[in-house]
Amino acid sequence: MTVAIVGVGHTSFQSTTPDISFKEQMFEAAVKAYEDAGVNPRKDIASFLTAAEDYYEGYSIFDEFVPDQLGAVLRSVCTIGGDGLLALINGVMQIETGLFDVVAIEAHSKASDILTFPGIVTHGLDPIYNRAFNVHPYFVAGLEMRRYLHETGTTREQCAAVVVKNKQNALSNPSAAYAAKMTMDDVMNSEFVSDPLTRRDISPLADGVIVMVLASEEKAKDLSDDPVWLKGVGWCSDTPWIESRTWSTAEYARLAAERAYKMAGIKNPQKQIAFAEVDDWFSYKELQHIEALGLCENGEAGKLLEQGNFSRNGKLPVNVSGGRIGAGNLLEASALQSVLECVLQLQGRAGTRQLKDAETAVAQSWRGVPTATGCVAVLSSEL
Amino acid sequence: MSEKVKDLRGTRLSAADLESKDTITFRGRPNAKYAWSAGIAYTKYLEELKNGRIVGRRCRQCDRVLVPPRMFCEQCFRATDEWVYIKGTGKINTYSISYLDADANRIKTPILVAVVDLDGASPGIGILHKLGNVDIEKIHVGMPVQAVWKPANERKGSVTDILYFEPIKEK
Repeated sequence: MTVAIVGVGHTSFQSTTPDISFKEQMFEAAVKAYEDAGVNPRKDIASFLTAAEDYYEGYSIFDEFVPDQLGAVLRSVCTIGGDGLLALINGVMQIETGLFDVVAIEAHSKASDILTFPGIVTHGLDPIYNRAFNVHPYFVAGLEMRRYLHETGTTREQCAAVVVKNKQNALSNPSAAYAAKMTMDDVMNSEFVSDPLTRRDISPLADGVIVMVLASEEKAKDLSDDPVWLKGVGWCSDTPWIESRTWSTAEYARLAAERAYKMAGIKNPQKQIAFAEVDDWFSYKELQHIEALGLCENGEAGKLLEQGNFSRNGKLPVNVSGGRIGAGNLLEASALQSVLECVLQLQGRAGTRQLKDAETAVAQSWRGVPTATGCVAVLSSEL
Repeated sequence: MSEKVKDLRGTRLSAADLESKDTITFRGRPNAKYAWSAGIAYTKYLEELKNGRIVGRRCRQCDRVLVPPRMFCEQCFRATDEWVYIKGTGKINTYSISYLDADANRIKTPILVAVVDLDGASPGIGILHKLGNVDIEKIHVGMPVQAVWKPANERKGSVTDILYFEPIKEK
């Protein structure tokens, strides 16, 4: 695969943004990304992809509302009904067809516009089988966390350590919405939402927009001194049956990673991957996803995290950006937030949280409850 | 359905069947509520409607005036430059006479929907509104019209602060 990210732009991530519309936010991120890439969208970008879920937006056929603020009027535009990483992967494939040499990817969250978030998530449950109990939809995470802890021997404390780590990491990320110095007790003593899941185990929603510019090999070398290359990608969905899932392991992530690694020539991820940005919608999901990506053995992530393996100065840093828990849960855009962090780190632009000598990274996404769908991308500063 | 299918197997359900107790049905009402942020441009637009004024934004590069205002020009892909006040007069660009309401009920008094190109805005920049106080037979593309406002104390900062557009009487 010979596609690179040649420009990134984003707003800061905030708990609420009532003063500004999603269009104005997108414009800000788009201007920054195009400036970073050195392109004029009205001339140089042939295709634009947005990741959006109509139900999150409160608009039907959301595609129609994006061209103006992306510089995409009367150009090729489409919306991917998935997360930002899936949109990026589709952008990669568009370039691979040879039809386009520069494409723009956009993902956003205007979560603060949603007044009934649990109602929106509940609508993702099967209406005949799974909606009868009038229960907050995060019960699905409670079920999964219980089984994961039960099968792997991972403890609630180890999950709480994820929260402490990611909030701490976010303190060095000026864009993060929920940076905090938090203690284990703060997390362990927060109230149960769906036992064993507590309020602090859950990433808080945030608003924000991320735009990226992708280019073919030839164009990337022309546009950028330090393009970040997409070495491998994969995406995968498990069965929608809540009753028939493998709870203890994230199979969708394991298989998506397998494909991405194969494409990227990664045989030993623990040695070949320098750092990872993984989905942490819930604390335990980070551990489960670390295992699915083969960054440690199944069931070992909690223990290794406690020992500092995945800390910023650890052997294999995970979610240096702060992840959803620290930077904020940007809905479909958190997937691109993971990619953004990889790009900034690989280009040496990560400020005070900059990692040393990082050459290859993995970004992984999950679409949240009640889905079992996710994507993986391997990125590298080397072609 | 294929024309070859003359007879449907199975049992047809009537509305009465669905409401009776011996059929199994599920009811669900989505709990989907939003509070869309209007943003900088629309907020100003709505505030000015409350004041009985129509405001737009000028892009100095293409020299267009955008109504309703936008903080960026979609043609030039740059931030727009200044607020511009527009008169409430213009010409009908296109119109349609709707005999159905939002719930698809047939209505006796049709709703007259029009896009009005406002005087002072650029060609093709218009406002979507209703027509009123007009003889349906006489409506035509290019017809000069003007905004009829609600009384100041009834305006709320909404496009409905303009009641409708009516023809400008020839002097």
